[in-house]
Amino acid sequence: MSEPRNTPDSTETEGTAGTEGTGVGSEIPVSLHGCPVDRRSTDRSWVVHCNRADYLELCTALKADGCAMPIGVTGVDYLTHPGRDLPEGISAERFEVVVELLSLRAHRRVRVRCQVPAGDPHVPTLFDLWPGTENHERETYDMFGIRFDDHPDPSRILMPEDWEGHPLRKDYDTGHVPVRFKEAAP
Amino acid sequence: MSHRPSSSEPAPQAGDPVGQAERRRPAKVTLLDRILGRVPAESDELEQFLETKTAEGIQEMAPRERSNRRELTVERGGSVLRLPEGIQLDSSDIDLEAPEDETMILNLGPSHPSTHGVLRVMVELDGETVLRAKPVIGYLHTGMEKTAEELMYHQGGTNVTRMDYLSPFFNELGFALSVEKLLGVEVPPRATWIRMLMCELNRISSHLLWLATNGSDIGAINMLIYGWRDREMVLAFFEKVTGLRMNHNYIRPGGVAADLPDGWRDDVLALCEAIPRRMDEYDRLLTGQPILQKRLQGVGPLEAATAIQLGVTGPLLRSTGVAWDLRRDMPYLAYEDVDFDVIVGTEGDCWDRYAIRFNEIRESVKIVRQIADMMPPGDFRTQDKKVTPPPRGRIDESMEALIHHFKLYTEGFRVPPGEAYVPVESPRGESGCYIVSDGTSRPYRMHMRAASFANLQALAPLSRGALVADAIAIVSTVDPILGDVDR
Repeated sequence: MSEPRNTPDSTETEGTAGTEGTGVGSEIPVSLHGCPVDRRSTDRSWVVHCNRADYLELCTALKADGCAMPIGVTGVDYLTHPGRDLPEGISAERFEVVVELLSLRAHRRVRVRCQVPAGDPHVPTLFDLWPGTENHERETYDMFGIRFDDHPDPSRILMPEDWEGHPLRKDYDTGHVPVRFKEAAP
Repeated sequence: MSHRPSSSEPAPQAGDPVGQAERRRPAKVTLLDRILGRVPAESDELEQFLETKTAEGIQEMAPRERSNRRELTVERGGSVLRLPEGIQLDSSDIDLEAPEDETMILNLGPSHPSTHGVLRVMVELDGETVLRAKPVIGYLHTGMEKTAEELMYHQGGTNVTRMDYLSPFFNELGFALSVEKLLGVEVPPRATWIRMLMCELNRISSHLLWLATNGSDIGAINMLIYGWRDREMVLAFFEKVTGLRMNHNYIRPGGVAADLPDGWRDDVLALCEAIPRRMDEYDRLLTGQPILQKRLQGVGPLEAATAIQLGVTGPLLRSTGVAWDLRRDMPYLAYEDVDFDVIVGTEGDCWDRYAIRFNEIRESVKIVRQIADMMPPGDFRTQDKKVTPPPRGRIDESMEALIHHFKLYTEGFRVPPGEAYVPVESPRGESGCYIVSDGTSRPYRMHMRAASFANLQALAPLSRGALVADAIAIVSTVDPILGDVDR
């Protein structure tokens, strides 16, 4: 098995910068509006971590910075994940709301990863900043049960209205059909 | 809208304890019961059932007061509504305060040829003018993102390729690039160029089908047949290369599934010869036709600021004058090495969207010609043993190769923990794959950023104030693929 990490722009390269904070390239900031930037960010794609309290403030500031286009909002349920690499000051929670933003002028993507606790999963809506997050937030609610406060239409979007549960949660059982081999019957 | 929850509860019949008890009993009505019609018909139980099952209420149009305020914020960008005669229509001209009993709510779809799949659009009409429109989706939802968590990385391609079924290569490409980014695998140049070749041909076939269905939507039925016919030429080439007309699973993490067959260059050049000639014919057939012009020009205009705020990408965004094409602006594969133009519109109306897709076919032909000339020799997939199985011949000779092959296909290859998002410019806009890995051989989470899903949000502001017939033209030029919308 050969060592696979050989691309220069690989986001997974570790050890390029031993000291935290200097980052991989000089262009990448250590933090954005008080929120830590992931050390694996590349020049064209920054990843910012935040807690729920800073979420709306960070997104508002990012919009003011020129991230004019909302690419998408989605969620991740880290219930059974063995452990994430999060920067200091960010406490790992079960859910993460991932917002992908694009700055057309700077040709740069910014991804916001917001920690959302399992007990009461809700975050403020970004509808008032970018109306284009409407469908994505509805989908995230539908799939993960994360509520978006003040969303204009907080209903399910893909699943039937009377569906119980949120399918992309890790504790949502998909069920299975046992594989029956020939002559396995008694 | 068929059912409006009635606020007036039928008064419980006094002196009828039996009937009352029956009504009070918590009705255990399942979805199947509803489908089979086993719900008591005379009561409001179905309404209540729908109301109570989910705290958020049923999917219906919000009350007028609430939705007006909200929807107007959506249009903050200030799109200008234009009548087909070229007169600018002020949005204040539309009588939004029309009393509710003078308006009608009509469902377009979900099963109608002009909705390109199973899209349902609820429209509130005042006469023939659309006051509000709300797309209702989910009819094709099959939980592909959940399925992806169960499939190993080398199986994932079969899943994602079915999402946007008119541009399967772009789904596969986004998935493969994302996995490769996590793996840190470098793909040989020939694989990159083969991917580009297939993607550009796919863009041609997708736009040709759009041209066909758009023609049928607005009354140019002959175009329907021509578009399908020409698309079939491209699909025949796909079949020759991948074995399948659609849903190819050809672009895989590490490269492509097979090398191009002998004589591929002649086939490609024949396509490059035939398609532009056909395009010139269609130009004569359609573009100069006054009926088509009247149906498209000035219909459904979109402002650049609105488009950006709505996260609209692809031809829809470029029609507003924003020259944003990922192939040029954030290049991936080898698009830096080929020469092509980004087609941009000015008005953002249906006509611009038509012209952009029409000319993008020509640009793609231009790219395909260059690829045919510049195709490098070499491997069609990476020689990284971690991802690529040993060649068939080695399996007969070497026990290790056999074990390696067996393990690769039973256990899959492990991908280092992390997350990656790689977008590509699909025929419908930015299509990207977000993968979270936990270090095993299956994605911990796989999310597709579907271009159609985001573009569909433009439907409401676009069709506001339009006529019903224009709403059909608008749906058609937004070009949502419902497999991509619902996943």
